[in-house]
Order: sequence, then C-alpha cells, then structure tokens
Amino acid sequence: MKLRINGTTFRVEAHPLERLLDVLRIQCKLTGTKEGCGEGECGACTVLLDGEPVNACLVPVAHAEGRSITTIEGLGGTEGSHPLQRSFVEQGAAQCGFCTPGMLISASVIPAGARREEIRCALAGNLCRCTGYSAVYRAVELARAKRARRRAR
Amino acid sequence: MPPRPRRPRPLSVVGTSPPRLEGAAKVAGTARYVDDLEFPGLLLGRTIRSTVPRGELLGWSMGRRPRGLHVVSAADIPGRNAIALLEPDQPCLVRREIRHAAEPVLLLAHEDRDALASVAVELRERPRKAQLDVRASRSFCKEILIEKGNLSRGFARADRIVEGEYTTGHQEQLYVETQGVIAVPEKDGVTIYGSLQCPYYVQKALVELLSLPPERVRIIQVETGGGFGGKEEYPSMIAGHAALLALKSGRPVKLVYDRSEDMLATTKRHPSIVRHKTGVRRDGSLTAMQIDVLLDAGAYVTLSPVVLSRGVLHAAGPYRCEDVQILGRAAMTNTPPNGAFRGFGAPQTQFAVEVHMERIAEALGIDPLELRRRNALRPGDTTATGQRLGADCSALPCLESAVRRSRFVARRRAIEKHNAKARVSGGPLRGIGLALFFHGSGFTGAGEVKLASRAALELTPTGARILVASTEIGQGTRTILSQIVAEELGWPLSRIEVADPDTREVPDSGPTVASRTCMIVGEILRRCAQSLKRALGRMTPRQYLAKNGPLVVTEQYDRPKSMHWDDVHYRGDAYGAYGYGCDVIELEIDPVTAEVRPAEVTAVQDIGRAIHPVLAAGQIEGGTAQGIAFALAEEVVMRDGRMANAQLTNYAVPTPLDTPPMQVEILEFPYGHGPFGAKGVGEMPIDGPSPAVVNALRHAGLDIRDIPAVPERIAGLVDSMRGAAT
Repeated sequence: MKLRINGTTFRVEAHPLERLLDVLRIQCKLTGTKEGCGEGECGACTVLLDGEPVNACLVPVAHAEGRSITTIEGLGGTEGSHPLQRSFVEQGAAQCGFCTPGMLISASVIPAGARREEIRCALAGNLCRCTGYSAVYRAVELARAKRARRRAR
Repeated sequence: MPPRPRRPRPLSVVGTSPPRLEGAAKVAGTARYVDDLEFPGLLLGRTIRSTVPRGELLGWSMGRRPRGLHVVSAADIPGRNAIALLEPDQPCLVRREIRHAAEPVLLLAHEDRDALASVAVELRERPRKAQLDVRASRSFCKEILIEKGNLSRGFARADRIVEGEYTTGHQEQLYVETQGVIAVPEKDGVTIYGSLQCPYYVQKALVELLSLPPERVRIIQVETGGGFGGKEEYPSMIAGHAALLALKSGRPVKLVYDRSEDMLATTKRHPSIVRHKTGVRRDGSLTAMQIDVLLDAGAYVTLSPVVLSRGVLHAAGPYRCEDVQILGRAAMTNTPPNGAFRGFGAPQTQFAVEVHMERIAEALGIDPLELRRRNALRPGDTTATGQRLGADCSALPCLESAVRRSRFVARRRAIEKHNAKARVSGGPLRGIGLALFFHGSGFTGAGEVKLASRAALELTPTGARILVASTEIGQGTRTILSQIVAEELGWPLSRIEVADPDTREVPDSGPTVASRTCMIVGEILRRCAQSLKRALGRMTPRQYLAKNGPLVVTEQYDRPKSMHWDDVHYRGDAYGAYGYGCDVIELEIDPVTAEVRPAEVTAVQDIGRAIHPVLAAGQIEGGTAQGIAFALAEEVVMRDGRMANAQLTNYAVPTPLDTPPMQVEILEFPYGHGPFGAKGVGEMPIDGPSPAVVNALRHAGLDIRDIPAVPERIAGLVDSMRGAAT
C-alpha cells in the first residue's frame, strides 16, 4: 500500500483495517502524532486527510490510501517554523506538549479572520488538560494577525 | 516575624517570558515521549487485573500461549512484594488477597502486539463482601486533630451556630499522555525510562521490589505529557511491573496503558465528606469552627495520610478564628487507591469551607462579601495551627482586586434583576459567586527538613548546567529554574543548560509535587548560583575550568530559622509560605437541560513573584479550568467498586466549548525565603473554582452541597425552582 504523507510517498505493509495512527507511528516512524484515548475523543492524533482534520485512531489505513495526509512533521518541519508553531511557544499554548501536535493540525485549517467563537468550535475536538485553552486561542489569534499583517504589507 | 523580603532590585531574566526551553521540540512534534522511544528487541507488556473488589485469588489458567510469551506473577518478585512509599501495604502483584478491582495480578510480555492481546487468562477469584461505603468504614489509615484555643468557649460567644455537610467526588487527573514506562535490563540491574514526576520515588520502590542497591536502579524521566499528581506515585507501580518483565525476559519491555486501563487502575482525587459547625456573631465574626474531614483513601494507604494532612491544614480556609477544632480521618474502602491530584486535599476542604461561608452569610442575612472581608486573614493573624502570618499575607488584597476586576457588586445586582424576569419568562438563570482561598507551598511542616533536598550547578565552558531531579511535566520547570539561576549569576538565559532528570546524574532534589519546585528547589538553586559566582570571582567559566578543573556546586535545603513545626500536635508553621487567591465566576443555567455554563471567570492570585508571567498565568488558567470541571462535569461513576465510565466518551473533561474566557491577575507579595520572592503556583488555582461555581449556583437559587453538580444530579432542583416560579 502506498501512502502520501507530507508530500512524500511511503510504502507500507498493513492490514486495510489497521489504524492510520499505528501505521504513521510504527511503520512510518512519524511519532509526532500522539495517542491520547484511541476512541476519537481527545484529538491528540489529529492529522489532515485531503486538508480535512480527522482522528487518525478512527481511520482505517485503507481509507487513507491515495489521499494526501499531513502530520505535524509536515506542518513546519523539524524546526517548527510555521507561524502557528511559533506563536504556540510564545503564548504558552504548549505546556506538556502532548495534545499540541493535534491541536496545531486542527488550528492550521482555521481560516484567517476567524472570530474567537469560530476558533473554539474548530478546536472543539482537541482536549488539552494543561492550558484551559485561553493561551491556545491567543496563539491562534496572534498567528492569524501576523499573517494578515504580512499580507497587508 | 519572618525576615523582610530582600530589597527589590531590577531584574533582567526573572519576570520576563522567554520561550519555554523545550517549546520548539513540542510544537514541531520532535519531543520524544515514552511511547516514541525504541529499543532493539523491545517487548510489549500487558497487565492482568482482578475483577472483584475484594476476595481471594485461588489461581489462574491461561489459554494457548504464543511462542515467546513471558509471564510474571508475585512468585517472581526477587525482593519485597510491596510498593515502597509511606506504608508497605500495597503489593506490586496480588499473591492471595484482593483488595480492589483492577488490582494487578499477572504480567505478560511479547514482541507482537496482536499475539499479546490474544492470550486469554482466566483468574479464579473467591469474592468476599467489599466495603464500598466510606461512611461505614471503620478502618482509618490516618487521623489528625488540630486544636486551637477552646472550642466550647468559642461556641459560648456565638450568637448563631451554622452547620452544614459538603461532599466532593472522585476526579481523574486525565493527563493526555497515559501512564507509561520502558524497562531495560542491564548487566547488573535495570534502567527505567518513564513518564513520571518523581524519579527518586521510583528508585526507592524498585530498590525494595528488586532487592538491588540504588546505584543499579537507574531512573530517567523522559518528556512527560502531564501529571497533575497522577504521576507522583503510580509510576512506581508500573515501573515495577515493567522491570519484573524485563528482568525475567532479559529484554527491554514497554508498558503503556490505554486510556481505559489508566482510568480503571490508577489513582484519583479522594472523595470527601466535610462537616462544619460554626459559631458566629451577629456582625459576622467567626467565634468557633469545628470541622470534620473524612477522605476515602481506597484500598491501600499510598499517599492518603499526607493528602489528609494538607486537607485539614486548609480546612478552615483563609480565615481568622481563635477557637478551632479540625478532625481529619482517611478511611479505607475496597476501591482502587486514591492518591495525589493537584491541590492534594485542599480543594476538597476549601470547597466545603467556602460554600459554608455562603450559608453563614445567609443565616445571618449579611452580605457574603462583607462576611469574608470581616474574617479574611491579615498579616499578624494566626492560622488554625497557630502559624503567625507575615507581611505577604494577601487574602484581602486578592479579594478586593477580584471584586473590582469582575465588577462583582454591580454584576450581582444586574443578575438579580435578570433572574427576576427569567423566573417569570422561563429563560436561563444566571448567578455570580466568589471564593477566597489559600494554598501552602512546599511540603507540610517538617516535611522539607526530612526531605533535605539537594540541587547542584555544574560549571560548563560557556555557563552552567542545572542538576536536579525536579521534572518538567508541562508546568515549566526547566525554564523557570534556568531563569532563577541566570538571574542570580547575571548571565543571559542562553548560558544555562538543564540536565535530564536521571538518578545517575542528578542529586535528589525531592519530588515534583506540592507546589515546591519553584519556591523550594528554585531557592536551593539560587544559593548554588550564589556559591558558583563566589567561586568564579572575576574569572570566566572557561578560565576557571582551565585553571582549577571541573566545578560542581551542591546546596541543600536550609530551613528558615524562624520556622517551627510540631508534627505530633500539629502546631506551628505548617508551610513556609502561603499563596492566596480569589475567584469570581459568573454562570448561566439552562432551565430545560439543567446544564450549567460558566460564562466569565476572574482569577486573582498572589504567587509572591512570577518568575515567568506567561507560564504562571498558564498554571492559573489550566488549574482554574480543572477546578470548574471538578464542580460541574467530571463524575467518576463507581459501580461495585469499579469505575463504570472509564473512557473519555462519558468521563467529561472540559473541551474548548466548555471552558469560559478567563481574566487572570497575578499579585506579587514576596516571600523572603523564595527565589526573588516566589511562592508556589501549581496547585492553588484548583482550590477556588469549585466553591465559586457552587456559590454562583446558590446565587441563582440552587442549594447545592455536593459536587460534581452534573445536570442529571441537579435537574430535580432546577425543575422545582421553575415550578416555584410559575
């Protein structure tokens, strides 16, 4: 089976019903995607499937074949250079860091100019036990504002 | 009197908010947690657990065994079959007696996950009658009595006596990363890589269990996905299991729980029943407080005596009263042992006292705000243990600031008008509530003296390396300790490194618990930095190393000379310092679904000095969210001594949609023995939200005395309130 992950093709041997999460973590060694509950509640394993956030613990790998998969490793590289990643650090939105990759993936598809309420809804599937979310909202808003300023220039 | 705070001087690193040291790795997904680590020949572990809450293990049988399966039972334990902590009562594996459901009995390991999962094990258990009612339990693992003044004199002076009983339920820590360790067998011992808070606790436990000397039991904390107390004592259990499997199989073994196993088997916050009987004068002044605290310890002692201790020491709240009696007991039941959870007994007892204060105000017909103003502790007052408070006692400033910021008085009036209309129209009701609280930083009483924590600084060619066993679990340990050292040395932060908490490399700086890392370990490190500076003189680190060779400076905890504690009578200075806080919470109640939605939160907290304001605010925001959910949402349903909702589908931790906007203000009333004035911050934020929420519900007309106040529990009350209005 061939998987297109972060723009690279991975060849994997897997039962079609194996969880995408396990294939990513074990076979592809992309361990940035985390498992928090294994039942689609916590969002720590969020990845993008053709640009849509999904819980990789609920997706059979066969379902991802031939589609574009984005994991945290594909967001801003090993440096974490995506504006959202930088503002997460700056605003204290990553504490223990375990929910962070999934949270960032969900945040990455929030449209520019989204209001606080829309940000809350977009992140509703991502649990964070550390921050109480306030810092996460500030980080998303800051990254969006920076992007808007860059564009305006 | 405590010494005056050091003269404030302009600070360049402390008080700023640089990026947390491991932040880039966390956001890039390159930070390696235990389940991300690989070892050649790695086996995976699995735990077989009891199914009855009490009984005897008669034996077990196993279906088809795949080749390469390793099995460990109690008979394989080389040392003492007990988890060494306070009491050696909790076995690592059941030999015969079962005291709670989900108690570990057998361990399996195999290299293939599916093969491991396919092994069918049947336990033969003879059930016995279990004690599941904490009120009926007559077995106490700890009793504590605090007495101040003369209770009957206090009651004789009272105009009114107000009584009440308040209860809180279990709460699951729900760190997003579940418990996990890897044990690697070594030539003459074992190495543990784990998600944990206290490397030296794990070492102590494994030394006893494996009958090995400490130097052959090496514990390394890896990046840890949250703890909140849940990774204080349980890692000793899971590390023991993995080590037994590793030593028997001769291969590295990974044991990582799935969410359900984690919730079924590991410790939770102690449920509590707290009764208050209070004497009060017509003007609102408290004349006598009689408080009875009962905690459900569960099936083994674990940390319950210390949780009870912190619970009773906070049971009278931040209030002045001359005649006080507090009796605390921790009772054993046949439920999985309860243990450390952020706040450690104080959230339970301060829930009770703050909700009771509201009832006192009602009974007297006076403003609850005025009642608190009258009784709040002030500098020079004494606590229930007779501890005289210094100039950093900030209960009143916290109260006034929270009232001002939240526009409490105006909002309360506006809400009352709104509710008068809503009661007629059947629309949502609102309420606003307030809670005043405090939290002692560091270990109780003589605890810090007994710990005798050590921290060290090693000179490097470019700066210094911090050597402590204090762990980074999300709260910012690495960053704030580096800031403290950099500030004292007058160096930029970039010159400070932090060694990984590895028992082979770092001294025992004590457990990462009890809001002690910044105030206690931070201060020891600041003294290390002072010594290092003295040793360097005018030399650069490189010059010093070239001339004198390596330099490691070690300092030990030094009790402030003015601090005295009597552990037998519970008298004296219970804690080095207290932080204070005041929360105001405004909420809305759906009259049809009985759902309660927090709408606005104001949290004002005095933490002495914010070493890193962004991280400190993060502690306050996160702790406040957990505290609100403790009051409104997080219900552990116990059925036959077993958690019936051990999954995230129906154990409701707050999502972004459940968490209200928060306004946080940090006050700084410095503590003379904390680094740059700092007190603790980790636990305090969870003390205030639950009483503030329940007081807001009371303001809306609901008489709640038990939490969690989940909709299914309060629906009847909400209905009757509507009935009364129509």
